[in-house]
Amino acid sequence: MKFSLQMALRFLRSSKGQTLMIIIGIAIGVSVQIFIGSLIQGLQKSLVDTTIGNASQITITNDRDDKLIDDHKMLMDKIKTTDDDIINITAVYDSATFLAIDNESQSLLLRGFDIDTADKIYDIYDRIYLGKAPIKDNEIILGKQLQEKYDLSLNDRIDILTVDRVDQVFTVVGFFDFKVTSLNTNWGITTLTTSQTVFDSDGITAIEMQVDEGSVFEADAIAAKIAEQLYDYDLKIDNWKDANQQLLSGLQGQSVSSYMIQVFVMISVILGIASVLAITVLQKSRQVGILKAMGIKNKVAGQIFLFEGFILGFLGAVLGILFGLGLAYSFTIFAVNPDNTPVVNLYIDWRFIFISGIIAMIASTLAAAFPAIRSSRLNPIDIIRNN
Amino acid sequence: MENILELRNINKIYGTEIKNQVLYDVNLKINEGSFNSIIGQSGSGKSTLLNIIGTLDKPTSGDVIISGKNVKDMKLDQLAEYRNSMIGFVFQFHYLLPEFTAMENVLIPYRIGNNKVSNEIRRRADDLMNLVGLEKVKNNLATKMSGGQQQRVAIARALINQPKMILADEPTGNLDSDSTEVIYELLRKINQELKTTFIIITHDRRIAEKADRIIEIKDGKINLDINK
Ligand SMILES: Nc1ncnc2c1ncn2[C@@H]1O[C@H](COP(=O)(O)OP(=O)(O)OP(=O)(O)O)[C@@H](O)[C@H]1O
Ligand SMILES: [Mg+2]
Repeated sequence: MKFSLQMALRFLRSSKGQTLMIIIGIAIGVSVQIFIGSLIQGLQKSLVDTTIGNASQITITNDRDDKLIDDHKMLMDKIKTTDDDIINITAVYDSATFLAIDNESQSLLLRGFDIDTADKIYDIYDRIYLGKAPIKDNEIILGKQLQEKYDLSLNDRIDILTVDRVDQVFTVVGFFDFKVTSLNTNWGITTLTTSQTVFDSDGITAIEMQVDEGSVFEADAIAAKIAEQLYDYDLKIDNWKDANQQLLSGLQGQSVSSYMIQVFVMISVILGIASVLAITVLQKSRQVGILKAMGIKNKVAGQIFLFEGFILGFLGAVLGILFGLGLAYSFTIFAVNPDNTPVVNLYIDWRFIFISGIIAMIASTLAAAFPAIRSSRLNPIDIIRNN
Repeated sequence: MENILELRNINKIYGTEIKNQVLYDVNLKINEGSFNSIIGQSGSGKSTLLNIIGTLDKPTSGDVIISGKNVKDMKLDQLAEYRNSMIGFVFQFHYLLPEFTAMENVLIPYRIGNNKVSNEIRRRADDLMNLVGLEKVKNNLATKMSGGQQQRVAIARALINQPKMILADEPTGNLDSDSTEVIYELLRKINQELKTTFIIITHDRRIAEKADRIIEIKDGKINLDINK
């Protein structure tokens, strides 16, 4: 083993109490960092997830008067080749209609979905709590609030009026709950073919898609690539980021404050280590002096304390990661909603945890730099003479 | 006989504003393999001289030449290597590392220059421990030994790298006269068997008289130089 490393280990072992204190200090710093980091990341993820997890992230529409997109199969093939991160692409026929029940009438967005591909975005099958998804022509599913409001049951027949006052009779085959009242009161979901038949068109009104989970924050860039690809077709391409600027700046503010907390935690840890190690150098100056008299080089005398810093950082980081994970775990166990689901789902990002550990290790090695310089400058004659 | 050490016009002045000259134009040659003692009153400059010889301190002016090499021409790292391989120190207050056992302390000078301790070196350390009569307590922590035992560990440590020269500053200063006698017999034996050069500061005239040569320092100058 390297001499300076062996020396460092022996010095650390000889003052166990002090060593343990520093390690625990670093560990607390690292665990707070990991806990706060995981909490904030978890919060952000769930926020983003509720916003766009079951929604179209990039939507293509046409500004033309009839709002229709022609030849959508060809367009969708083109889009799929634009970026590997594009997933869950589906064609939709939306139309604003009126639902007429019991002499009352209310507006209803009639969404003609290709149910199987739309399910990838909207989780339609899972959201149906009663009945089944529409398959045959003129089958429809409605939201929970509508069912309650009009006291509807399966296989009820309802009238839907198009803007052109054409009356269509639909059979209610199921009810869904998207957990969002506006969707539950305003959406009626039918098949794409039904919509196209009702409106006597073979076009669609929108192409919707999602991107891979890891790329949701690149949705604007991907949308721009699509825009370039479809430049000749004069279509309108929206993405969730442009539509949610406020959410994004909120997230950013949250991230910045989380970084600030983490930086300050780390700084206080570094100051703590640096001051304790500075004392250690004083305590060990007799040893360093005698070693220098016996011929260790100044560089090696410095290395001893750099190794001390590194070892303390390493053990502190390992312990801190364990603490942090334990803290996160107990948080999900003890901070729960009435239904026993955690208040916040923590996001355990191993890369982030690994980096936190590495930073703690680098930081404590750097914190040892000052004591190391002191040790390398120590003149042995001052020690030898002083007795 | 060859000179292992030569001092030329060594002056040492402490302090910059209030100057305190401790050594005045000291000239000295030491024969290889000889056993020398330095005596003198407290404050006469003995330790200062020995530390200059051991390259731990620098003279204000003058040259220290060890085995034909002028110490002035060596860089700090070279000096460290040089001290490690050529000089063994025995200090008055033994200065063992309290974190290590007696055996480990003895091996430290070797470990400074080498990453691994070979079996041969381990055997050498064992032999040294036998030589200083510590085979029974060699695995004790340095702090768990008597003053005389610690001093003997320090002697074994000074010998592990088989240096050409041993510098000892009152190695028996705080020992009773019986232990002092034992340690001097030991040093003498090493000197005869390994031909190691010794320069020893002592207060004890009886001990000094057993050396080949007695050098007396008075007020920073060599006052007496007796060869036997
Ligand atoms: N760092 C220093 N700064 C100023 N003066 C010093 C310093 N070290 C030693 N001196 C002075 O140098 C003189 C010689 O000191 P030195 O330690 O060499 O004496 P010594 O002969 O070894 O004495 P002793 O027998 O008591 O050990 C003393 O007068 C001492 O006060
Ligand atoms: Mg002295």
